[in-house]
Amino acid sequence: MSAADTGRRTSRTGYLLLLPGLLWLVVFFLVPTIQLAATSLYDPSGSLDSGYAMTWSFSNYWDALSTFRAPFLRSLLYAAVATVLALVLAYPLAYAIAFKAGRWKNLMLVLVIAPFFTSFLVRTLAWKSILSDNGFVATTLQVLHILGPGGRLLATSVAVVTGLTYNFLPFMVLPLYASLEKIDLRLIEASSDLYADALTSFRKVTLPLSMPGLVAGTLLTFIPAAGDYINAELLGTPRQYMIGNVIDNLFLVQLDYPAAAACSVVLMAAIVVMVLVYVRRAGTEELV
Amino acid sequence: MPTAAPSPDEIRRLLARAPVSRRGFLRGAGLAGLGLGAPTLLSACGTKAAKQTASSCVSKDLSSSQKTLHFSNWPLYLDEKKVKRNGKKVTVHPTLDQFEKQSGIQVDYVTDVDDNSEFFGVVRNQLADCQSTGRDIFTLTDWMAARLVDLGWLQKLDRSKVPNVEANLVTNLRSPSWDKKRDYSVPWQSGLTGIAYNAKLTKEVRSFEELLTRPDLKGKVTLLSEMHDTMLFMLLLEGADPEKFTADQFGSAIERLKKANDAGQIRAFTGNEYAQDLVKGNVVACEAWSGDVIQLQFDNPDIKFVAPEEGLALWSDNMLVPNKAEHKANAEKLMNFYYQPEVAATLAAWVNYICPVEGAKQAMEKVDSTLVDNKLIFPDPSTLAKAKDFMGLDQKTEQSYQKQFATVTGA
Repeated sequence: MSAADTGRRTSRTGYLLLLPGLLWLVVFFLVPTIQLAATSLYDPSGSLDSGYAMTWSFSNYWDALSTFRAPFLRSLLYAAVATVLALVLAYPLAYAIAFKAGRWKNLMLVLVIAPFFTSFLVRTLAWKSILSDNGFVATTLQVLHILGPGGRLLATSVAVVTGLTYNFLPFMVLPLYASLEKIDLRLIEASSDLYADALTSFRKVTLPLSMPGLVAGTLLTFIPAAGDYINAELLGTPRQYMIGNVIDNLFLVQLDYPAAAACSVVLMAAIVVMVLVYVRRAGTEELV
Repeated sequence: MPTAAPSPDEIRRLLARAPVSRRGFLRGAGLAGLGLGAPTLLSACGTKAAKQTASSCVSKDLSSSQKTLHFSNWPLYLDEKKVKRNGKKVTVHPTLDQFEKQSGIQVDYVTDVDDNSEFFGVVRNQLADCQSTGRDIFTLTDWMAARLVDLGWLQKLDRSKVPNVEANLVTNLRSPSWDKKRDYSVPWQSGLTGIAYNAKLTKEVRSFEELLTRPDLKGKVTLLSEMHDTMLFMLLLEGADPEKFTADQFGSAIERLKKANDAGQIRAFTGNEYAQDLVKGNVVACEAWSGDVIQLQFDNPDIKFVAPEEGLALWSDNMLVPNKAEHKANAEKLMNFYYQPEVAATLAAWVNYICPVEGAKQAMEKVDSTLVDNKLIFPDPSTLAKAKDFMGLDQKTEQSYQKQFATVTGA
């Protein structure tokens, strides 16, 4: 058997190994995405009972953007704030687990993942009790005069962002931990040998080496948070509705399929563009 | 000592040597995607009309040979009992068991309806294409049932097969605007929409006017996110008749709602979750469904239900037989069974909604005498006479009203 033969066979094996995953993606991602894109271009004057004609109505996108500008911007803002908060909370936590936890490391990791053992919905409903008007948190803040006498936490933006931060925190902690844990401690030793103080070592060695985890964590938090609607639905009011709530309502209640699909496509496109710009600027091309 | 990780350069070299390069893979995947995607894209161009007629969508009835029935209903909408069987605790449905024994029909009872709009999303594609949903009966609220009648998605019932319904259906539910002769629907349970308040936290709330304007309730009030429920009362406040109103009257009713919402009077628009908020005190008064309130009252007598001064809304959840359901005759047998007063009373004693069956009140004496005088299960005829129904709307108007309502409620 010649070397060329072996080469061809390995190459075929490579494609065969890809096949199940590819097939899955085609059936459950590509086809629905095309269907969604097609729906977003239907004639907006159609209806369920008369049917929809394909008219390539690109104006649907413009209509979606202008009608639902506020919830679109709100989604991006809430998701951004939640991502920053999650980062601030997660970095020290991941750092502690990676470098300081010692024999508690595994236990702490399990505790980070533990919330996943119960349903997303139940965890979000629990926040309804935590933040309720007569609950401990709200009354304490009122005593401290941080919250006015008639003030409340539940049914405000604060509650929605809190819920988002909480729900997506593990997605920030885990990649950060993974990249911090991989850091070779000798590099930090070396930097202190070269007279860098703790802060400088962190800035010049630890932080740059944890960048892949930081980028992955922020993406894993921001993307689902921007599309989330459960937190706004349960912890907010219509004044806090995000674009996910709008899409849900358009699809199920108003039966305006073209507008709903157009909103979904715009959201997807916006996220893809933002992620590409972000990844390019962060300079971690190994990630994608 | 940790093993040295391969440097990025080494990884790149490894990747370049790999049998499938990343670039090649992406190119291949892209081509495969286009090849498969293009025809799909073409076939996805536009959709057919979803409307069906008795001649465009014909269903077969296999009831004579198949003694089965697939019944989809809302959670907690059928009497339950915990019994010990073979040493294990199991939940049974006494009335349904009785039906199975009498008729020899095996009922597959599933509680997979918990929101009208969501359930519509579940069965929409099949029914628009005249395909089976795998269900013989499902239970939906008036306005959604009206939509399905309008779309021609339901099978006409044979009235001669349901003599108990003919005889015992209460008078005020006999001819709703969307199904004048009850050709397609039979009420399962009914209920009232009104006001609930927590008497420990606020003084009596008597009307929607108070709910929308009383300063001490500001930010402590919720309304229902269901357009028909909430707008019915807004229309009454405008002095319009919810059973017959104009687009202008609807517009000014929306304005009134918007004003209250902008003023911060309304905390949120909710589904069933208002119950939790009312008990916790996050909300002191709200628009509410009677059945929920009875159940809250068992634990918390401070929760009160009020028939608002403006009027009441009476609604029903209706048993419907969709197109292509193969056991219509079996379904009719079940409908007929539940319209016997004793069976209806047993059911009502457990679910606590308004019983649509004449004679159930007398039968209730034997089932649970404490419930006979419960006004929320057996309302006075005078209360029912005041109750209003929402006008039946065609799809276009319905969609436009939903849109206006959604603009106020934030979506």
